[in-house]
Amino acid sequence: MAAQIFSAILVIFIGVGGCVAYFWGANKIVDVIFPSRGVSGATAVDNLRRQGLIRPWLFVGPAMIILTIYLIYPVVETLRLSFMDRGSTSFVGLANYDWAIGDREFRNSILNNVLWLAVVPAACTFLGLIIAVLTDKIWWGTIAKSLIFLPLAISFVGASVIWKFIYEYRGEGQVQIGILNALITRLGGDPQVWISLPFWNNFFLMIILIWIQTGFAMVILSSALRGIPEETIEAAVIDGASPFQIFWKIMIPQIWGTIAVVWTTITILVLKVFDIVLTMTNGQWNSQVLANLMFDWMFRGGGDFGRGATIAIIIMIAVLPIMIWNIRQANKETGGH
Amino acid sequence: MASSTGKSFIGRFGVHLAVLFFVAVWTVPTLGILISSLRDKDQIVASGWWTSLSTSSQTAAGRLGTAKDQAEKDGKFIITGNLLGAGDARTVTAYGVRSQEPTKYKVGAVAELDDGVTLQVNEDGSYVLSSPKAFEGERGQRVYYEASAPPRFTTDNYRAVLFSEGIGRSFLNSLTVTIPATIIPILIAAFAAYALAWMRFPGRALLIAVIIGLLVVPLQMSLIPLLKLYNGVGAFFGVPAKTYLGIWLAHTGFGLPFAIYLLRSYIAGLPREIMESARIDGASDFEIFIKIVLPLSFPVLASFAIFQFLWVWNDLLVAMVFLGTEADQIVLTAKLNALLGSRGGDWEILTTSAFVTIIVPLIVFFSLQRYFVRGLLAGSVKGG
Repeated sequence: MAAQIFSAILVIFIGVGGCVAYFWGANKIVDVIFPSRGVSGATAVDNLRRQGLIRPWLFVGPAMIILTIYLIYPVVETLRLSFMDRGSTSFVGLANYDWAIGDREFRNSILNNVLWLAVVPAACTFLGLIIAVLTDKIWWGTIAKSLIFLPLAISFVGASVIWKFIYEYRGEGQVQIGILNALITRLGGDPQVWISLPFWNNFFLMIILIWIQTGFAMVILSSALRGIPEETIEAAVIDGASPFQIFWKIMIPQIWGTIAVVWTTITILVLKVFDIVLTMTNGQWNSQVLANLMFDWMFRGGGDFGRGATIAIIIMIAVLPIMIWNIRQANKETGGH
Repeated sequence: MASSTGKSFIGRFGVHLAVLFFVAVWTVPTLGILISSLRDKDQIVASGWWTSLSTSSQTAAGRLGTAKDQAEKDGKFIITGNLLGAGDARTVTAYGVRSQEPTKYKVGAVAELDDGVTLQVNEDGSYVLSSPKAFEGERGQRVYYEASAPPRFTTDNYRAVLFSEGIGRSFLNSLTVTIPATIIPILIAAFAAYALAWMRFPGRALLIAVIIGLLVVPLQMSLIPLLKLYNGVGAFFGVPAKTYLGIWLAHTGFGLPFAIYLLRSYIAGLPREIMESARIDGASDFEIFIKIVLPLSFPVLASFAIFQFLWVWNDLLVAMVFLGTEADQIVLTAKLNALLGSRGGDWEILTTSAFVTIIVPLIVFFSLQRYFVRGLLAGSVKGG
């Protein structure tokens, strides 16, 4: 254990020191090879130009290398592997995709993912918006927001344990220690095994993600609401608009862009949701989703990389429209240069 | 904003009530595991955690002393003793001698049993059983009683979890993964962000577009190729495929697009005059970066550091793919996941472990919330 602490500290120094040494050293070398000080005017200008050609690449170089190895190459490779067999030894064409379309579990995952996509972003945005509006009106709103924001810091696994405890089931007649079943029995109902109720269990898993992400939506939307010019609202009040009309016709249209950003951010998160399903049900009782199915195939029976890669590609295809939209937005902002 | 509020008292009251409701729903789940982690393991399964702040009562059964404990006094045969063990903090509230009526007699009252036998049980559990005739038989009288226990909290669960369930070691592993995986991307991203914001070179616009595209590429796309790559490298050099170095670099790679994006949009917004006057004074890009840009960018660096720290600390997927499951490598989230499988119903272990895993993020979050929110806003509201 002590050795681990020591080696961790050592590595931090080596890693950070290495980075600093690289940037400092590379910069120094450029200065030495193309000196701009202490040489004649024309040479200095020439060398400065050469420095200007090289130095940007020294700065972005490490980032580019790491991005290439960890993201760009894998995207291409995953696409290639999705046309290969389980051990990636021979080309099988579209066989993996064919398998996916016919596989019961895969179809179930697609269905559940669609369900998640339909419910979670909408619920988070809606709840976040309501809470943002309400907390803006009261003196202890900041504290309330902090507390609602707090689950965002909790890991999905931690949140799963928290909610598993809420959904905990004890046989009829026993003391219910899960708060949900305690509440149900107090109201005269029968205790349920919430996470194994087919179809409905999806919603009990979604609640966990909604619980985590509403704070995110709330913070972003709250700041957007603050950015609405007072005059637009005052004008509406003078014109005799009701609070509801002001909310729907004045405030919402002005924060439409932010709502879209929140919605898409949560949508991407939902497509990647993995931890919650793994820890709560591991896909049992018809609660499978794509990301967990993919993880499953990576290791199931020694791993089937072809099928795993195929599922990853399908997740990627779902994200693609958002990716294109993002790049377009960014290009518009920087004026395309 | 406030001008749109309903001014009526009921309207205002409703707003407070609604917010209170939301706050309750959002905090009660976490409170549940915090309180449960501090409760006695037997109490967790005996009653809901929400009852733990008040005294809880349970019904139990015990046996009185047998014939050989009896003493003769004033012509009566008497057996005395205590239903509760020594040091038991519970108090008896009622008792009975038949399982159908376990609470027939109030504590302290004298119960008239058959054949002139009387029984009296006191709050502290002591009892007096007296009979006009001598007691016989090997077995003592069976007595049912209701005992109430005061709220009792303990740190035993934490001791057990940290030192014998391996959570302590996992905590250390998580730190080992998280700290380098937070610092390394900051340095690399800061240099790249500066170049993309303030240096002119061909392909810059394309690079920015690629980074924004990579921002949303699902992690799932990288897992299989990298797993194969790591296994290949491991086999080629005869080293283990699952190493801390491997996961640091993986987290660096996955965190870089967001880091560059966030830092670039901030650094690009720094005032041009400062850069230009420094350049006129003869400062090189490297000097400008180190002496001007880095210090000015502190807030955004802090924002990203918090993000990356929370993301790496809370990550399960990357850790499960790139790290082993032995004690020397398993991180907190993976350990908690393993405990869910192996200690499924042991809530004292699970709630305590869960709280240990979330305590660090909660501290980071509460102490640095300002930077966290700033990063969140800059990262998602189009280029902030």
